[in-house]
Amino acid sequence: MPDPSSGHAFGLAHQFDDYEQQREASYLGVWVFLVTEILFFGGLFTAYIVYRSQFPFAFAMGSHELDITLGSINTAVLIGSSLTMAMAVWATQTGRRRSIVAYILATILLGGVFLGIKVVEYTAKFEHHLFPGPNFHWQGSDPAHVEMFFNLYFAMTGLHALHMVIGIGILLVIAVLAWRGSFSPQNHNLVEGIGLYWHFVDIVWIFLFPLLYLLGRNIQS
Amino acid sequence: MSTTVTTSAKRLNYLNVDHGMKSWLLTKDHKRIAILYLISLSFFFLIGGLMAVFIRIELATPAGDLVEPDTYNRLFTMHGVLMIFLFLIPGVPAVLGNFLIPIMIGAKDLAFPKLNLASWYVFNAGGLFMIWAMLHGGVDTGWTFYTPYSTAFTDTHVIATALGAFIAGFASIMTGLNFIVTIHRMRAPGLTWFRLPLFVWAHYATALIQVLGTPVVAITILLVAAERLLGIGIFDPALGGDPVLFQHLFWFYSHPAVYIMILPAMGVISELITAFARKRIFGYKFVAFSSVAIAVLGFLVWGHHMFVSSQSVYAGILFSVLSMLVAVPSAVKTFNWTATLYQGSISWQTPMIYALGFLGLFVIGGLTGTMLATLGIDIHVHDTYFVVAHFHYIMVGGAIMAYLGGLHFWWPKMTGRMYPVFWSKISAGLVFFGFNLTFFPQFILGYLGMPRRYHAYPEEFQVLNVLSSAGATILGLGYLIPIIYFIWSMRYGERAPANPWGAYGLEWEIPSPPTTYNFEETPVVTREAYDYTGIEEKSVA
Amino acid sequence: MWKNFPLFPDRATEFAGQVDALYFTFLGISAFFSALIAFLVVYFAIRYRRRADDEVGRPEKAGLWLELTWSVIPLIILLGMFTWGAKVYIAAYRAPAYAVEYFVTAKQWMWKFQHPEGQREINHFHVPLGQSTRLTMTSEDVIHSFFVPAFRVKADVLPGRYTSVWFKAEKTGTFQLFCAEYCGAEHSLMTGTITVMEPAEYEAWLADVKKGPSVVASGKELFQAKACNTCHRPDTAAQAPILHGLYGEEVELGTGEIVMVDANYIRDSLLNPTAKLVKGYKPLMPTYQGQLSEEEILQLISYIKSLGDEPDEEDKPQQETTPEFQSEER
Repeated sequence: MPDPSSGHAFGLAHQFDDYEQQREASYLGVWVFLVTEILFFGGLFTAYIVYRSQFPFAFAMGSHELDITLGSINTAVLIGSSLTMAMAVWATQTGRRRSIVAYILATILLGGVFLGIKVVEYTAKFEHHLFPGPNFHWQGSDPAHVEMFFNLYFAMTGLHALHMVIGIGILLVIAVLAWRGSFSPQNHNLVEGIGLYWHFVDIVWIFLFPLLYLLGRNIQS
Repeated sequence: MSTTVTTSAKRLNYLNVDHGMKSWLLTKDHKRIAILYLISLSFFFLIGGLMAVFIRIELATPAGDLVEPDTYNRLFTMHGVLMIFLFLIPGVPAVLGNFLIPIMIGAKDLAFPKLNLASWYVFNAGGLFMIWAMLHGGVDTGWTFYTPYSTAFTDTHVIATALGAFIAGFASIMTGLNFIVTIHRMRAPGLTWFRLPLFVWAHYATALIQVLGTPVVAITILLVAAERLLGIGIFDPALGGDPVLFQHLFWFYSHPAVYIMILPAMGVISELITAFARKRIFGYKFVAFSSVAIAVLGFLVWGHHMFVSSQSVYAGILFSVLSMLVAVPSAVKTFNWTATLYQGSISWQTPMIYALGFLGLFVIGGLTGTMLATLGIDIHVHDTYFVVAHFHYIMVGGAIMAYLGGLHFWWPKMTGRMYPVFWSKISAGLVFFGFNLTFFPQFILGYLGMPRRYHAYPEEFQVLNVLSSAGATILGLGYLIPIIYFIWSMRYGERAPANPWGAYGLEWEIPSPPTTYNFEETPVVTREAYDYTGIEEKSVA
Repeated sequence: MWKNFPLFPDRATEFAGQVDALYFTFLGISAFFSALIAFLVVYFAIRYRRRADDEVGRPEKAGLWLELTWSVIPLIILLGMFTWGAKVYIAAYRAPAYAVEYFVTAKQWMWKFQHPEGQREINHFHVPLGQSTRLTMTSEDVIHSFFVPAFRVKADVLPGRYTSVWFKAEKTGTFQLFCAEYCGAEHSLMTGTITVMEPAEYEAWLADVKKGPSVVASGKELFQAKACNTCHRPDTAAQAPILHGLYGEEVELGTGEIVMVDANYIRDSLLNPTAKLVKGYKPLMPTYQGQLSEEEILQLISYIKSLGDEPDEEDKPQQETTPEFQSEER
């Protein structure tokens, strides 16, 4: 049960002996979860590596269609949001209630910008008949494998975007809790946990960006 | 050792502390969740078993005369899907692991009890998708879902079934995550890693596989669903994809998955053999490390399912030699269990009958596995009944016998009741005999060349098929009888003391059934695992 | 039911004998260890049966040497079986260079065979005794698997690429053919036979069976009918590669990758010409996707394979395949 007077928002769960055990269990739990996420994305990365090594030209052509400017902006935005997330964790550790909320809101905002840019990009792809399926149309050579590039582009960035949406949802809840003063230097497992998750989502993008966007840099139009 | 239990009927325990559906459906108690899983798993097992009954009846005659070919294909697919995803993979961990791991480590519950309850709901949601698909005609792709048949050719409910597996997979990941954190962080004072019961080591190794392997099949399933839904070609060669890539991604999980199914069973066997030989396990560290070795090596051998699939000869050679390596830790465990019997004090109680049966059957299953890993042999027997016999020896002769043995061993602890011993021995005998009669002829059928997933076959295969179907009848009976007496025992069974077997372990020091928080106060562990010399008066064997 | 009750399959090739030797040796080893464990378990369970309710066992010190022994000895045995098995496996998939090539197309739910001389068969295949026979196979739809128990050979048959098996039948008779990869509703009915005949009988049978032109001749006709020869000829060598002598050679693609010109490459080039373009050539070739059946593709491949080194040589249709090694198509 919450015990605000002692600064412990969530109390000690009955299965734990003390707060330290509870905190260590939470962290280990989050890390194990992130490992499962690495394997989850890993399947897509494997498919990407296999097909790219077999059809490098088609993949380069597909990549060339992506907007590097928007992709770079998104990369900067996401790295920035990791910074604000880290600041939110620091604010929790140092008991700055208002700052926690501000930094979390900043993270949400930057995440929203990222998703907004992705919407712009996806819309452009739809319009240029580059979304896989019956409406896909490619004028140049090897359309089947250019479509494969886009299969993987949408699958990988789509899965990533889904993780961001979920992350933003959790952050909204955390922002509310932070406003209510639920966190303190003694009890901030939740913020650290979502912080780890957010950094993970950022790192996935750091891999996606070069593999998907930078591949086609050197191709002449 | 045995406490007198005249008042246990009135004593509060985890079963009677609360009544009503809500107290069960919203419970956080790992023991109640284990019982919930027992009910779900038994349900899915019965349906999967029913599929098997139809299969064996059809196969008693060479012609495909019981059901249409299409129906038969759906029957064997649902049999595999239900048994693997909804029974064997959750299996021992969800029921026995959930119940016992906190107790065995001296904890009040798992690290994340709400996550545990959520996993049961997620599991049932996955099962529901599959049942829905089944009621609407099922799937006919085989549980392996090979493309492009599953993505571009069949018009059955692939997506619903695949999503069911996807969702159920999350339950598996949640359980694995819970066990890893629990075992790392919640052991009682004095309980070092090398004092843990081997049951815990086995579940730890299993949890590693659950956590690392399941996400890969999850994403593969999503890609299959996307391919079907959107008409894109990730695995479809007609659209530029590679069907063999599907096989690699699928088996990367599904091979380690078989170790998810057997490792916990091996953990049960370690407990049964030590308890019923009243002796410390021979080579504790070797058995413990073997569990982890199996988990790690198990990730490196998936290509042995693909020796004839057109993967390169060199890949085949690599996977074959790695598969030989993964067999060694299993051999080590088997020898250690056998050596534990030497100079033990061996009791022929029902759980021990299952354990001893496991030893013989697992050896046959494991050795035929190494035969399959031998490239020159696999060319001939791949996709024949030899493979079917091999995996049933491990999964039924191994995993299910261990599961039953464990249920019989810990039933008094879980329910506070004993089952009728006479009937339990009869059904153990029926299971052992029926199992061998069902599956041994299938080795011969496989070498003769009878392919898998055939509902009609050449006449000269009939005698062996009839023997197999006869065995299946006996095996089915062997499974039905315990269901009856276990349910009967809940009401009429003799009340059990805290330690009816005279076994060593933290679970035997608390009442049967335990209280909600397991221990009055956190135990402090000072003795080694299976320290039978420390107890009471010993007349040595 | 009781009349015909085999416990062991027919052995129709020497290779089958190799597989059986491996199998029975391993079976013997497995039986030995199974019996050993079973015996020990039962013996210990009886010998050390509990005699009093409170009796406990007598633990002994764990022996490191014992553990190592029973780890290392099984490992050695297993590695021995692995080595033997690998040798047999390699022999199964490396056809001799002089093997006669036939084509197999699998589709739901039948097998289509094409003899090099042009005869076609469905589900029931005739081959001569003692001939090294190589089957190049593809599927028109889903994955199938070509399995002849009596020959102990099996290989998956995939859509979109070629796989192969080879065998040398040493016993006349009719042998069962099964599809061994689940392929849909009538998977169990996708069976057939391989009939092995004395060479003289086989020749007679060949002459009797109505046949079309040989595979290479059909391929040559297609080469002209589909206008391949309008680009692939000496005076346009800058725009389309000369195909003479190309089969079995290595070429460099525009991406720098080196590939072998084999059946799979030719098939890919027909259906998706711009995917693996040779360096220095522009993407001018149109795709033949949808315009060629699998059999026609195989005929074109045979024709290209048969082309000698010089373009102005007389293009005789050849039944002997050129002596390139043929194992790369796995």
